[in-house]
Amino acid sequence: MQQNELIPHLFRTEYRKIISVLCKSFGIGHIEIAEDIVSDTFLLASETWGLKGLPANPTAWLYTVAKNKARDVFKHNKVFNEKIVSEIKHTTPVAHEIEIDLSHKNINDSQLQMMFAICHPSIPAEAQIGLSLNILCGFGAEEIADAFLSNKDATYKRLARAKEKLRSENVKIELPPASEISSRMDPVLTTLYLLFSEGYYSTSQNTTLRKDLCVEAMRLNLMLTENEQTDTPFANALLSLMCFHSSRFEARTDKHGEIILYEDQDETLWNKELIEKGEYYLNRASTGTILSRYHLEAAIAYWHTHKNNTHEKWENILQLYNKLLQLEYSPIAALNRTYALSKANGKQEAIIEAEKLKLNDNHLYHSLLGNLYTDIDNKKAIHHLQTALKLAKTKPDKTVISGNIDRLN
Amino acid sequence: MKEFLLIFRIEAKAPEPSLSPEQIQGMMKPWQDWIGGLAAQNKLVGAGNRLEHDGRVIRPNNVITNGPYVDIKESVGGYTIIKAGSLDEATELSKGCPIIRMGGSVEVRTIIPMN
Repeated sequence: MQQNELIPHLFRTEYRKIISVLCKSFGIGHIEIAEDIVSDTFLLASETWGLKGLPANPTAWLYTVAKNKARDVFKHNKVFNEKIVSEIKHTTPVAHEIEIDLSHKNINDSQLQMMFAICHPSIPAEAQIGLSLNILCGFGAEEIADAFLSNKDATYKRLARAKEKLRSENVKIELPPASEISSRMDPVLTTLYLLFSEGYYSTSQNTTLRKDLCVEAMRLNLMLTENEQTDTPFANALLSLMCFHSSRFEARTDKHGEIILYEDQDETLWNKELIEKGEYYLNRASTGTILSRYHLEAAIAYWHTHKNNTHEKWENILQLYNKLLQLEYSPIAALNRTYALSKANGKQEAIIEAEKLKLNDNHLYHSLLGNLYTDIDNKKAIHHLQTALKLAKTKPDKTVISGNIDRLN
Repeated sequence: MKEFLLIFRIEAKAPEPSLSPEQIQGMMKPWQDWIGGLAAQNKLVGAGNRLEHDGRVIRPNNVITNGPYVDIKESVGGYTIIKAGSLDEATELSKGCPIIRMGGSVEVRTIIPMN
């Protein structure tokens, strides 16, 4: 890797590790000191490596410099020294000098604990995703703004407010006690689910960034399944869902970035390794007595890895959607359920059910009706597709709908 | 939006001979699809439950009888709770209930919240 690519790469992979470890040592109240230390470390790296060339082990170099800088802060920052060091010494009687532990184990533990701190009930849900991207994934305000189609200043302000909340609530960086794990896992999993969905379904045109979001969500989810306490059936089901979905990443857009619909995808481009991983985690999720929405969505995604349109496949998908909607209604699940109904029970029945949904201002609703009326009443089909075209907001959606209208004309 | 209790009644029959898993699945499917359809319209509050045929009725003076079936043919086989804008809409939503095709009935009752 070239040096000009190496530093951004290391920033992405190492920033979050050092931040988590430092915050764990200092307490979340001093997150800004941790951020300064890591920023300074990377600044020094870009200066020194440019002049003297790359060190033998760049990651170890970063850790050593970060540790030294942390030690300097302990020594020279009077306020810090008096307030925090005495606090830390008070709570950890063995530590005479603060040692920053950047071992693999402590890095992993700290990141996992940081995940729970960010997803603490006192932190507003909408702030949790931004904080996760920033602190756990090393995304800057600009990238976050790009991913969420928002502006950089607003995103920066939102992040600052969220960090202030972390500080003022003085959230502890630790795993919740065993009795609370399952309830505290819920917001963690929701955040990872949203992170992944944002990458998978986002309308942002930045494909690399979107793929990064998915990879980051999977990496964090993997950490949950690797720790005995957080290796729950829900966490495995969510990871399984992510594996199945991301197996189609390469097949779902063409080289111009246009969407390729599931039915038209080249299944040889589906990633078999990820499909197998999905099956592995779905098996691991199949313990316990509670069926979560992640289990149901993973099972739906599993059936989608079978390209052949068998009755068995669509009947299973239909029943899974029937259950999913009972757990949690969403317009998109209602539409997908009706599509599965057309495949399992026939278009006539699906048209009657679709028209009951009355999601008239949703372009996907009219696209679905356009699909169902095709070959039954093409005039109605075209009418619905034209309504869908009017309601669709993004260019990729409009392209798909126009293509469907052209096919009917 | 109000909530409505749908009470399913059907004539009590002798217990069916034991069914294969496929037959059971075949009997369940219309129910799963109907409940799924209500949920897809965001009208389902709770899928409810089926009830066993056997039961007890307790009356004043500790009079207990086996089942309510002495003077009525139909017994309650299950219930579901839905939400709708009016009793008319709730009635409309109940028309597709599989119990009707089986010769049974649905009683739609408006729920009065306890508060």
